[in-house]
Amino acid sequence: MREFARLARFAAASKWWIVLAVLLGAGTVGAGIGLLAASAYLISAAALHPSIAELSLAIVGVRFFGIARAGLRYLERLAAHTVSLRLLTALRVWFYNALEPLVPARVQQFQSGDMLTRAVADIDTLQDFYVRVLAPPLVAFVIALGMGAFLWQYDARLAFVLWGAWLVAGIGLPSFVQRAARSATQKWITERATMHAQLVDAIQGAADITAFGQGENVKTRARETSAAYASAQMRLAQINALQAGASNLFTNLTLLAILVVGISAASAGGFHAVYLATIALATIAAFEAVTPLPQAAQAFENARAAGKRLFEIVDTHRIEIERVDERAHAHARAHARAHGAMLLDVCELNFAYAPHHANALDGISFSLARGKKIALVGASGAGKSTLVHLLARFWEYDAGEIYLEGKSLRECSADAVRENIAVISQQTYLFNASVRDNLRLAKPNATDEEIVCAAQRAQIHAFVEQLPNGYDTNIGERGAALSGGERQRLGIARALLRDTPLLILDEPTANLDAHTERAILGELFEAAQDGALLLLTHRLVGLERMDEILVLEQGRVVERGAHAQLLAQRGVYARMWALQNQALRKNFNFRVQSFGGGEDAFNESTARVSVLCALERQPN
Amino acid sequence: MFNRRLFSYARSQRVLFFLTIAFAFLGALTILAQAWLLSAVIARAFLGGEKLDALWSPLALLLVVVFLRALFHSANEFTASALAIHLKQNLRQLILERVLARGPAFTRGERTGELTNTAVNGVEALDAYFSQYLPQLFIASLVPLVIFFVVAPLDWVSALILILTAPLIPFFMILIGNAAEGLTRRQFGRMSALSGHLLDALQGLTTLKLLNQSRAFAASIQRASDEYARATLAVLRVAFLSAFVLELLATISVALVAVGIGLRVLYFQMEFQPALFVLILAPEFYMPLRALGQRFHAAASGAAVANRLAEILDAPLPITHSPNHRSAKFPETIKFHNIAFSYPDARAALRDISFEIRAGKTVALFGASGAGKSTLVNLLLRFDEPTRGEILLDGMPLRELDADAWRAHIAYVPQAPHLFHDTLAENIRFARPDATQIEIERAARAAKLHEWIVTLPQGYATSIGENGARLSGGQAQRLALARAFLKDAPLLILDEPTSNVDPELEAQLRDATARLMRGRTTLLIAHRLATLYRADEIIVIENGRVVQRGTHDTLLARQGAYRALALAGAGYA
Repeated sequence: MREFARLARFAAASKWWIVLAVLLGAGTVGAGIGLLAASAYLISAAALHPSIAELSLAIVGVRFFGIARAGLRYLERLAAHTVSLRLLTALRVWFYNALEPLVPARVQQFQSGDMLTRAVADIDTLQDFYVRVLAPPLVAFVIALGMGAFLWQYDARLAFVLWGAWLVAGIGLPSFVQRAARSATQKWITERATMHAQLVDAIQGAADITAFGQGENVKTRARETSAAYASAQMRLAQINALQAGASNLFTNLTLLAILVVGISAASAGGFHAVYLATIALATIAAFEAVTPLPQAAQAFENARAAGKRLFEIVDTHRIEIERVDERAHAHARAHARAHGAMLLDVCELNFAYAPHHANALDGISFSLARGKKIALVGASGAGKSTLVHLLARFWEYDAGEIYLEGKSLRECSADAVRENIAVISQQTYLFNASVRDNLRLAKPNATDEEIVCAAQRAQIHAFVEQLPNGYDTNIGERGAALSGGERQRLGIARALLRDTPLLILDEPTANLDAHTERAILGELFEAAQDGALLLLTHRLVGLERMDEILVLEQGRVVERGAHAQLLAQRGVYARMWALQNQALRKNFNFRVQSFGGGEDAFNESTARVSVLCALERQPN
Repeated sequence: MFNRRLFSYARSQRVLFFLTIAFAFLGALTILAQAWLLSAVIARAFLGGEKLDALWSPLALLLVVVFLRALFHSANEFTASALAIHLKQNLRQLILERVLARGPAFTRGERTGELTNTAVNGVEALDAYFSQYLPQLFIASLVPLVIFFVVAPLDWVSALILILTAPLIPFFMILIGNAAEGLTRRQFGRMSALSGHLLDALQGLTTLKLLNQSRAFAASIQRASDEYARATLAVLRVAFLSAFVLELLATISVALVAVGIGLRVLYFQMEFQPALFVLILAPEFYMPLRALGQRFHAAASGAAVANRLAEILDAPLPITHSPNHRSAKFPETIKFHNIAFSYPDARAALRDISFEIRAGKTVALFGASGAGKSTLVNLLLRFDEPTRGEILLDGMPLRELDADAWRAHIAYVPQAPHLFHDTLAENIRFARPDATQIEIERAARAAKLHEWIVTLPQGYATSIGENGARLSGGQAQRLALARAFLKDAPLLILDEPTSNVDPELEAQLRDATARLMRGRTTLLIAHRLATLYRADEIIVIENGRVVQRGTHDTLLARQGAYRALALAGAGYA
């Protein structure tokens, strides 16, 4: 019920529209009742053969209700859909605003997955919250009051029979059926999930299935699950059919009860028997208000589940992590003073993703001046991406300090920090919009010249020019129309357009082939000439152009120095280098020997650089 | 809106279909009986002044009729659902069989999503068509006719009003429906675009944040939603006119009938009881027609699904079975002879490719993505047939061989192996369903996957998929290797992944791959020098043509594509 209350709060913003829509809905059903009641009265009164004048009111009533019903229905549907649309807008804006501060730190796990797709589908479901969930019981309630009052004037017992019957038909029966169907529904959901997974597997894995000759096995298994699913569906169909029958039976039994009570009351002289037909037909027409209630119960379950999923995403992650280590703070400040105002100063930085978790970063320190390049290398999980998250103010760090131009990040707003950095990562997201709009996101007031200039520097301008609509070409969902390299170059153009003092490259060339990797890194090093560059990577490519390399292992710096130095140290870095370049060893062995490197693998690697240099300089 | 294809599916369940309509017909008879008894009881109480005691027998009869009506209604609902359930079950199986028969050439690329959607959601969308719309189509033409014939002898004027207005309802429904359908479809398009916009923003939120645009984007969400709401309401104002006209037609007709019979009763031209009977029936007359109108949407979406089904079910099947040539032994040479391949849109993927793989040797294909390497592999796996040229096995054309029999010789390690929603053990066993647990573990060990699996709480019984473990790219790759180890086939086709992994992991993969290649004929698609330098021959492909061939050493010594990559990968710019 908590979800219901929260969902109702969204609806409350449109409460006058809802009042209007409910009144119009009740009016529509009321007009239906009026039409049949007036018609029945007309015929009954006519059977007593009065003068035509006495029937004129009934005739006008019949015609009025006949026309009014269609008009009211039209207006009701417009009002109801206005509520839906307002609800949709409110939900969308609410969800976006609720998620915005949580991304990516608190909702990391939702980023990639189907979670967001489902959330958006849930929002689409919830827009019908009024039409399917709120409206039916509200309209039924208004009609119950009106019909009760109408019947009461003939005999109070009639009103009680109707109210009693409606309580059973509108609330008792649906909730009973809901309970009876619960286990069948659960089984149905499970079987459906199994079957869907299997169908998806069979289609998406068709290549593997065919290559391994498993087609017959897959078909047999699919037949079995499909049969299990069908039997679960049959069980539900039985329950639904029983409910439909019971609901129909109940409607007509109510009519019978009203008739019996009405006849006995009329013959006892309670009211004139001319109204018997009116009462009976009004009762039949009024059931229009109760028949949608079982579906509303179903829709309520769906809406509750959808709401629950949305609230879960937003709620469970609304925990602020704010811990400040005063001692480290002071220490760091002293450190910064000693070093003067570097562009970026990271001192004794410590961070864990959750209390009691191992430190993702453990005492990291380095200083980056303008015009310099630093690389952090290490396997995935060494803590490189964590550092980017902290620099971008996605998370608050636990201890130590980060200074940007001498100012602690803790004292800066996230917006102010992000003004100064541009991040190029492998996850650069491209929106389903034109090339121009995707680039302009980086700098909303950028001129066309600036955009073209950034594209030229990222060497993507020529490619964009040959697209059918140039910069106005839509690049599809997640840039689907582009290759990995083109996507990455657009990401780079976007970063360059921002023209920030600090450029952070987070695995900028993952998923690119060696050719493109080289080319793109070269461009980026050029681009960062005036500013500073921080490269995070597990690929040891282009590192000889770095001013300093920090080797990370489990959040700790285990080695630091320039490329040649590190190779000479024969430590972790040299081992990584040797592993990466194993393939060439055999080939260049003879040359390595001539450089006097011997069998030592590490010497060999060091020597190989010179070999290659020499090789390339030879005129061909 | 009568779809011949969907109706022909429904005919395969003719018993259920007949029962559905029969129960609806019986239901209509009980409606008539109920209306008659009701009008009789009211007439006797009202005009005859009879008390309750005198009316027990028609009331008891009414009770029986009410029970029968509920029974038939229930039975009709059930048979209609059962009809849809059986039809959907058959259709799913049919789709699956077709998809598997047409093979990977049909499922690959962007079609996967669409196919899955048709098989899963599309078929489910037919439920409403089969269980509600199609039976209703028959009921809507049957029940009003029955009512007409009952009413006509009692009051021909009312019968005339009913029968004249009845065709107007489907007429207007189709007329307005067609116009509204276009509007609705456009509206539906806008709706999914709007959802797409929000999804796009949510998925790109990290990027928006890094660009300092995330908060400004909330305004854009609001604006898009408001615009959508405004456009939608404009459309609905028109679209709902259809419902207005239909409603008006039905209620006005009831009003006309009511006033007409009222006046006839007044002027002694009609008795009270038949008049009340006709009045009770008048709304029932329009009920099936209006129900049909409300299910118009089911009809429209059903027809859309039917079109997509036609694409899957009607296309001809490739012939891959040839019982004459069951290949008994593995060939000494596999020869690609002047192979050319063009896509259905006539784009050439391969031109005049010739090379040969000798038993026990390793041939590597090398080139940029899109050069045609995967196409060659697809031809060897017989996922596709060459447009020109021939693959010869010891001189015998591959296309004369039974495809499944040929594939039994092949262990295929794709770049992105498909992981099934099942346990790790089953995912490995997939390569050879009769493998024992020991054999599976041996394969996993050989692929360097075992060490990781045993650290999982449920070990080999861990399920993969949405609720199970997620495998990293490297782990998926090793699982594919384990499958190949388990299959233990003489020909290995290995498509190396392009994505970069840690050097440590890469080394492990390399060792496992090397072990797998030992003693097997191998066709490699390679990106790494580490794998390439072991090949007996490297074939460099560019734009569907062979541009260089040789060993690692000879190619490295020459200027060209291969040397450029070798130097780039070595850490030298």
